[in-house]
Amino acid sequence: MQRITIDPITRLEGHGKIEIFLNEEGDVANTYFQIPELRGFERFCVGRPVEEMPLLTNRICGVCPEAHHMAAAKAADAVYHVDPPRTAKLLRELLYSAFYVTDHTTHFYALGGPDFVMGPDAPVAQRNILGVIHKVGLEIAGKVIQARKYGHTVVEMIGGRKVHPCTSIPGGLTKGITNEQREEIEKMGHWAIEFAQFSIKLFNDIVLGNRQYVDLILSDIYTHHTYSIGTVDESNKVNFYDGKVSVVSPEGERIGKYAANEYTDWIAERVEPWTYLKFPYLKKVGWKGLVDGKESGVYFATPLSRLNAADGMATPLAQEEYEKFYSTLGGKPVHQRLATHWARLIELLYAAERWVELATDPEITSDNYHKAPTETPTEGVGIVEAPRGTLTHHYKTDSRGVLTEVNLIVGTTNNYAPISMSVKKAAQSLIHKGTVVTEGMLNMVEMAFRAYDPCFGCATHSLPGQMPLQVTIWDADGNPVEVLKQHC
Amino acid sequence: MTTNGKPKFAMYWAAACGGCEIAVLNIHEKILDVDANFEVVFWPVAMDAKYKDVEAMPDKSILLTLFNGGIRNSEHEKLAHLLRAKSQILVAFGSCACEGCIPGLANFSAPEQIFDAAYNSLSTVNPDGIRPQFTYDAPEGEIHIPVFYPVLKTLDQVVPVDYYMPGCPPESHQIAAVIDLVIKVLHGEATLPAAGAVIGAGASTVCDDCKRVRNEKKIKRFLRIQDLDHLDPVLCLLEQGVPCNGPATRQGCGALCPTAGAQCIGCYGPAEGVVDYGARLITSFASVIDSNEPNEIERILDGIPDPAGQFYRFNLAGSLLRAGKSAWKGNGSA
Repeated sequence: MQRITIDPITRLEGHGKIEIFLNEEGDVANTYFQIPELRGFERFCVGRPVEEMPLLTNRICGVCPEAHHMAAAKAADAVYHVDPPRTAKLLRELLYSAFYVTDHTTHFYALGGPDFVMGPDAPVAQRNILGVIHKVGLEIAGKVIQARKYGHTVVEMIGGRKVHPCTSIPGGLTKGITNEQREEIEKMGHWAIEFAQFSIKLFNDIVLGNRQYVDLILSDIYTHHTYSIGTVDESNKVNFYDGKVSVVSPEGERIGKYAANEYTDWIAERVEPWTYLKFPYLKKVGWKGLVDGKESGVYFATPLSRLNAADGMATPLAQEEYEKFYSTLGGKPVHQRLATHWARLIELLYAAERWVELATDPEITSDNYHKAPTETPTEGVGIVEAPRGTLTHHYKTDSRGVLTEVNLIVGTTNNYAPISMSVKKAAQSLIHKGTVVTEGMLNMVEMAFRAYDPCFGCATHSLPGQMPLQVTIWDADGNPVEVLKQHC
Repeated sequence: MTTNGKPKFAMYWAAACGGCEIAVLNIHEKILDVDANFEVVFWPVAMDAKYKDVEAMPDKSILLTLFNGGIRNSEHEKLAHLLRAKSQILVAFGSCACEGCIPGLANFSAPEQIFDAAYNSLSTVNPDGIRPQFTYDAPEGEIHIPVFYPVLKTLDQVVPVDYYMPGCPPESHQIAAVIDLVIKVLHGEATLPAAGAVIGAGASTVCDDCKRVRNEKKIKRFLRIQDLDHLDPVLCLLEQGVPCNGPATRQGCGALCPTAGAQCIGCYGPAEGVVDYGARLITSFASVIDSNEPNEIERILDGIPDPAGQFYRFNLAGSLLRAGKSAWKGNGSA
């Protein structure tokens, strides 16, 4: 059997690999998307005091340590049966909103956006952040740097550090913020709203104004009909920090909402012998393999799925964009995975609006930022929406709060099955008997990936971004006939 | 490959979280200095990587390589050897490469225990007890994943290292200072530190940078950080009974965590001259216990619920211990 090896290798070595096998006719028989790494957090966190989890699990991912910090803190609150004071919750969510602005900005401008701003078939050398700057002007580079800087400034003010924040503990935080800091945070938040609006306008002008791009977004090659999940508040609006996880069918019907401590009723994980990463799926629907449809438990957890799983956005400007999104794309739910880039910008705007809302709450500067736990620690689950998917931390402890069991279902891991399916579909759509495989194929496959903003820093650990692809085409005798490379 | 005549720079990650890369990106405009003075030949986060090009380069053709991440599997080791061969100066960058960091805590467990936790977890449905196979005979052909090693190793346990830059992650202002120094060396305005030196950090301890008020430390009990509604905002955390690792930890971060009301957890590794971090910290804690009664001392020490993690949180893989017994069993090569 013929074999094609695609080495996405986080741009260079080996944090991900795709094997494509062709049948006798030269069509794609099967694909294997392998994640070649495990670090073992679920084992070595056992024996540690639960209050250290917001610090230890930060180190799962340096790209989104804020997400692990928050999920761990919420799980630790639950372990101690302590409800943090309102100020603590506001501060945590404020930190988290600012982080979202930084993270979504990085993805749109440096990683996912270039395909659209420059065009998917632009020369590789231009399809990057520098190309974007060249095309839309230098001042945009300053804005992008500013957005990252402001976000990290807020993270450091509340979290104590720019990378790997340290202030969330069971029952709240180790510190509050002063009114001077609050004023500065509010000012930066207003700037962030303008920046988000500017980014959406840019997307409107360059992408939605171009029929070719709209056709690309709507094309079948990037479409999968799976379940959508995402956290919503009591009004079923998107929320990143707290709420219940809403589960919506491929037809758009909400089949239920689960609280953090109910997640094992809803989510199960499957082990395959050819990869280190597990495949989460909807337990109530069941595992039917890497296939689309209502009978398959495969779901996705991304900005797009969060919009699908909610009834709207909790802030006014983002709500306007939400309505426009669905009216443009033909109603809910949207399954075209490239629309995730647009959904991400709507979330960017929501995060910026929420940032200002929280910064202007009268209780945000209160000293009531921590409540010491008094109950005996037992077991708890914490869920937040990481930028790349629903993040679940589940801890069990002894009566001293020392961990006896840890279970983590991490952002990108949720999307392992749909990403694998997207890769297979891209391969099947592009490789047929008699076709010559070109570099164009590589970027098409890469775009299927990039929509999910995969962060195998979480799943294993590399940064999100352009996956390097190396395609080796083997003949039936096992000799390489052709090697094509991109980003590697 | 093309060359512009400038010295070559590379940065690479192994078993790491990506936080080191983010810290480098957070030097903001200093990145332009790197660009002006170096030809960046290999840096996955910032540019299209050229792995094959690195393989094709003559030995010692990269002037400076910053290597972050520990060595967890066969692939990491392969890259460590490759980059050692191609680099004149190889820097163990960040806590993982220097001393194993948090992923090094895995060295308290045997690989089977790590696999059991991951593949038999609460939410995993795995009645057949499936485990990932390094070589898997798929119906269509054989496929491979890297070999998981019995213990995580630090970079210098695999290849010789020229300098160590500690921190989880190294603070951006320290990274900027090191880049400035290297550029001065290139222009003949400074000389490199002695081989094997720790760079981008001070020699003393976090306590020396901490602004909290210190009196004579005497404690009757250890507190957990969450035990009180509010800790004293200006008094030394250790004096308040919070097990703060400042006394053994190298200065370099500016005492960020204690300033934010959280204890130092030791991410900058051992201070200058400290042979074993855990041993030094045990000595420091023992010296502040205000008791001569064996039973009372015992009770006070019980206030530290996880001594192994407390004393070897970031540095187990690089410490004199290197691993717990279960990880060592049946593994003569670690």
